[in-house]
Amino acid sequence: MLELSMHILDIVQNSLAAGSTRVEIRIQEDLPKDLLVIEVKDNGRGISDAMLPRVTDPFVTSRTTRPVGLGLPLLKEATERCEGCLEVYSEENRGTRVVARFRLDHFDRAPLGDMGETMGILIAANPSVDFLYEHRVDAKIYLLETREMRQVLGSIGLDDPSVLDFVRQDIQMGLKKIGAATFPKIMEVLR
Amino acid sequence: MNIEELKKIREKVQKQMDLRSGEKAIKVVVGMGTCGIAAGARPVMAAIKDELARQNAENVSLVQSGCAGFCEQEPLVDVLRPGEKKVTYGKVNPDTARKIVAEHIVGGRVLSEFVFAQEK
Repeated sequence: MLELSMHILDIVQNSLAAGSTRVEIRIQEDLPKDLLVIEVKDNGRGISDAMLPRVTDPFVTSRTTRPVGLGLPLLKEATERCEGCLEVYSEENRGTRVVARFRLDHFDRAPLGDMGETMGILIAANPSVDFLYEHRVDAKIYLLETREMRQVLGSIGLDDPSVLDFVRQDIQMGLKKIGAATFPKIMEVLR
Repeated sequence: MNIEELKKIREKVQKQMDLRSGEKAIKVVVGMGTCGIAAGARPVMAAIKDELARQNAENVSLVQSGCAGFCEQEPLVDVLRPGEKKVTYGKVNPDTARKIVAEHIVGGRVLSEFVFAQEK
């Protein structure tokens, strides 16, 4: 995966496959600590205690089409490449929380990528699921909530094409406003 | 989140909604497993959504699926038109995706050069 936003899209697919009705995505950039934390929390059916320690093993998967699952292993790789780590917490029938930590300005930290497109597509393809996207840069915060969007839109479904455009633009502008880091600083210098 | 902008969209869409029939007879499925996403399914999905809007194709439901087991052919796009066999396109990029919308989904003509599999 070339972008962290692609990893997020991928990890959220697990949440949706687990029957989640609400998925919360939180990204935090902590500049003093040089830390980037991505958290995906859902209320899906969860992972059993027996399965949990093995979820980052690529040869462990709950799917039936093939015996390999690369979503979490690839994300783990991406974190460890830049002195980070991946943590997965889960409780059966309650939900799962995936926390990925990265060193924000590490040379090998993947760029954030297009979070607008990731969220836009998740919302458009799953209009009945509740999504929350929160992005913090130190104390500055950007927040998008589909519950709030539904209240404003009334009978207009979240799968309406104009909603996808709204989400993409709103996130793009929102992240710019709070000064979200797309690339590690060292890459900005080289560019 | 800019609520005022969203309210403007509501006004605009509500005016158009009165003209729509509401029935979604055609189904389009984009593979969004790890393999699909890594191969570029996200921009493909965005291109389909955008082109459907441009062509005013209101009768199409666009959904996502997991891995179908043909990872090397991703991004995969299925087109299911009522009364017709399922057509699966392989190695779709945003350009091909727009063609599929215009030619197959709207026009009803299968783009055989991009077909990976077709239901017998």
